[in-house]
Amino acid sequence: MSVLDSKIPTGPIAEKWTNHKNHMNLVAPNNRPKIDVIVVGTGLAGASAAASLGEMGYNVKAFCFQDSPRRAHSIAAQGGINAAKNYQNDGDSVYRLFYDTIKGGDYRAREANVHRLAEVSGNIIDQCVAQGVPFAREYGGLLDNRSFGGTQVQRTFYAAGQTGQQLLLGAYSALSRQIGLGRVKMYHRHEMMDLVKIDGKARGIIARNLVTGEIEKHAAHAVVIASGGYGNVYFLSTNAMGSNVSAAWKVHKRGAMFANPCYVQIHPTCVPVHGTNQSKLTLMSESLRNSGRIWVPKKKEDAEAIRAGQLKPTQIAEEDRDYYLERRYPAFGNLVPRDVASRAAKERCDAGHGIEANDTNEGVYLDFATEILSKGRQSAYALGDHNPTEEKMQELGKKWIEEKYGNLFQMYQKITDENPYETPMKIYPAVHYTMGGVWVDYNLQSTIPGCFVTGEANFSDHGANRLGASALMQGLADGYFVLPYTISDYLSNEIRTGKISTESPEFDEAAESVKASIKKILSNNGTHTVDHFHKRLGLIMWNKVGMGRNEKGLKEAIEEIGLLREEFHNDVFVPGTAEELNQELEKALRVADLIELGQLMAIDALQRKESCGGHFRDEYQDAEGETLRDDEHFKFVAAWEYNGSDSTKSTLHKEDLKYEFIKIAARNYK
Amino acid sequence: MAAKSINITLKIWRQKNANTKGALETYSLNEVSTDSSFLEMLDQLNEQLINERKEPIAFDHDCREGICGMCSLYINGRAHGPETGTTTCQLHMRMFSDGDTIYVEPWRSRAFPIVKDLVVDRSAFDRIQQAGGFVSVNTSGNTMDANSLPIPKDDADKAFEAAACIGCGACVASCKNGSAMLFVGAKVSQYALLPQGKVEARDRVLNMVRQMDEEGFGNCTNTGACEVECPKGISLENIARMNREFLKAGLSSEK
Ligand SMILES: Cc1cc2nc3c(=O)[nH]c(=O)nc-3n(C[C@H](O)[C@H](O)[C@H](O)COP(=O)(O)OP(=O)(O)OC[C@H]3O[C@@H](n4cnc5c(N)ncnc54)[C@H](O)[C@@H]3O)c2cc1C
Ligand code: SF4
Ligand code: FES
Repeated sequence: MSVLDSKIPTGPIAEKWTNHKNHMNLVAPNNRPKIDVIVVGTGLAGASAAASLGEMGYNVKAFCFQDSPRRAHSIAAQGGINAAKNYQNDGDSVYRLFYDTIKGGDYRAREANVHRLAEVSGNIIDQCVAQGVPFAREYGGLLDNRSFGGTQVQRTFYAAGQTGQQLLLGAYSALSRQIGLGRVKMYHRHEMMDLVKIDGKARGIIARNLVTGEIEKHAAHAVVIASGGYGNVYFLSTNAMGSNVSAAWKVHKRGAMFANPCYVQIHPTCVPVHGTNQSKLTLMSESLRNSGRIWVPKKKEDAEAIRAGQLKPTQIAEEDRDYYLERRYPAFGNLVPRDVASRAAKERCDAGHGIEANDTNEGVYLDFATEILSKGRQSAYALGDHNPTEEKMQELGKKWIEEKYGNLFQMYQKITDENPYETPMKIYPAVHYTMGGVWVDYNLQSTIPGCFVTGEANFSDHGANRLGASALMQGLADGYFVLPYTISDYLSNEIRTGKISTESPEFDEAAESVKASIKKILSNNGTHTVDHFHKRLGLIMWNKVGMGRNEKGLKEAIEEIGLLREEFHNDVFVPGTAEELNQELEKALRVADLIELGQLMAIDALQRKESCGGHFRDEYQDAEGETLRDDEHFKFVAAWEYNGSDSTKSTLHKEDLKYEFIKIAARNYK
Repeated sequence: MAAKSINITLKIWRQKNANTKGALETYSLNEVSTDSSFLEMLDQLNEQLINERKEPIAFDHDCREGICGMCSLYINGRAHGPETGTTTCQLHMRMFSDGDTIYVEPWRSRAFPIVKDLVVDRSAFDRIQQAGGFVSVNTSGNTMDANSLPIPKDDADKAFEAAACIGCGACVASCKNGSAMLFVGAKVSQYALLPQGKVEARDRVLNMVRQMDEEGFGNCTNTGACEVECPKGISLENIARMNREFLKAGLSSEK
């Protein structure tokens, strides 16, 4: 048997979770205070888990690297959270949410996990409302919904453009309550540096107090990793600056498998890179593609002139514009799925038609002029003016746009200093979410007993492509409704273990190795900054392990990243000392892990000789440029075993995906 | 507008740690793109400092989208800089001109001790939340159906506006008394406006205000500076609402 036992319960799909819950072992309330649990991360996945475990009566220690648990990156999510409530009576159901998510993931996710996610989705909304999360409401006082991509129903709950903020503040309030009651001890400005294993089981972590630099040992009967995604391996992404892979990677180094690292979601509408000093990218809601037309100049000379500032987009005649999505995909036009839109933009820019005057010339137009005129005409007609002047149509059209997208237009103007009512927006795809992560079984347990992984840090629910509004759903499902059961089942065997001591050779070894690696990097005295290396890694990843991948590029990337790793360790310069707040040191340690991960992503992408979801191999596409899956050979989860910092030595293990309840088919949104 | 490059002088507060004295230091930085954000400008300065083998400046930040509340900075005497309704991470260098001298200091408040350079300790805010900023409901999955509790849209919208606070602390930093009333008022209001918050309303406001006082925040004398500098437009109405809640709670304080 494979080393990967997914532990999927038997029985009909709709009964698996209930039956499983009914037969799991429990820990009696009087035994829970004898058991310690560590939760690394306080985003939706971590805060919800820590709060729930605290409520149950376990002793919980929670960790985050920010100055407050409320600042985890979940706070930045905008659009919404899915739930199969069917409040709109448009035919939604648990099955439909399950089906949409499996299909959206391009048939590379586990059926049983996704069904469970859909089952508990409704409870999430109930729980959040009970906590006082102020979701958007209709005039009748009931909850409002909106539509999201890849679905035909309205099941997305939201709080303006700040859904993540409101959900996280809800989970943070539950966590704060437990901290106040003394059931959770919060360690903010603390970074997990390593996992400690004793007799094969996860028994604690080594953490660094980021203010004093002290290396601390924390023991527990189980460890939960909820440390978020690794999009920052590309340097530029929509993720927060501190988002990193280190906690997940340390667990991987200690023996947990890392699954599907190559599955990355690249979001088509973000504000493009403006220059070499840019530190991150900002998302512009996908809803804008309902009204905007995407184009680049047909003639390369025009694109060059625009980049040189000699021409304005409004001066390019209609016949000299290439509305490439409408040209290539007449049926869907500007509303093709995310991955298709992203790849098409890259293709045009690679061919020299990009319009942004940055180092890479990467940028395309999202133009609202047509919509302004047509909505302007409609509005004029509605007002009884059947012969409106151009001016009148402009005025009314802009008003319509402002009502619909006003806040986005304002945000865009703040960043770019350009008025998108008068000149088209410039947009470009950006790295947004990582579907891959630590391999976990149905119980969210990694291949290390006692080490559980939740939220974006695990790999489990989104297959090769995540649908919008489903990451928030997964984070809260894991933390509120799945982990509390499955971890208790594991902990039921720990009630006689007694307190775990940090006085052991295993804790000493882990702490010493952390100290040694810090010392090594600080005494390196190299010639380049951490960012210098991080940016170079990002460029390799973006160009060769980005939206379009091929054998040649991936092989080059694997080699280049290997060399970069050596160069980094020989030549990075990190100022300051270990015994103080040292933000360069924090970055350096994270980048060291991102480099190893980046190489593994390229290796995984090379191995996967098919295109699916966010993983697009140039060699495997149909005549229309759509993804060509190979279900016969690649219907598996790729789980990698660590064999040293050179990721080319990693071993591949496969978990075959079985589709018993959904008929596997070509993904088609046409 | 095409990006320009400007040369600037920076006067930045440097302080090794909580126990040492700090001072303003002067740096010149050239070729700053006006398209850069203020924090990207600081990245550029740090890159320069590190290449000169000097210690970079410590400052807090994470999302760089104006939502996590981690960035701070007192810029030219104003919390989050010269642009209203904007966090420091969303402030752009086009607000400045070639040759400008820019002063950058940390939040200054008794309740926010300096950790290093521009980094301060705002954990007092967390402790205020822990004292009562929640509804006491356990995670069970068996709470009632979300739509069995209709909430008037107006109340829901107002609660949402109060809940939009990002916990950055600009209100405290810009208040001459170092009062945290806007922050606490926003949280108290969010729950006061919702039926879910009513049951514990009395204890919540008493406990949160008690903790606020213990943390050493100052009194509110209605100067309104907090509202002006708040990047999220949290309104003074929330302070008034909290005062009403507090009075109500005081009147019925025997258990
Ligand atoms: C701009 C943007 C918009 C989005 N919008 C949506 C949306 O509308 N709907 C949707 O469903 N999804 C959305 N997503 C995706 C979604 O927000 C994330 O996938 C999700 O919030 C991740 O939650 P998490 O709890 O797994 O991790 P995070 O929220 O990233 O939390 C990670 C936590 O781990 C801690 N941590 C990490 N490493 C360490 C360490 N070594 N030691 C100690 N602590 C550590 C951090 O401090 C933090 O507390 C969006 C993402 C982005 C970037
Ligand atoms: S009230 Fe405004 S200024 Fe004060 S913490 Fe909240 S967002 Fe910041
Ligand atoms: S860095 Fe998050 S609000 Fe400024």
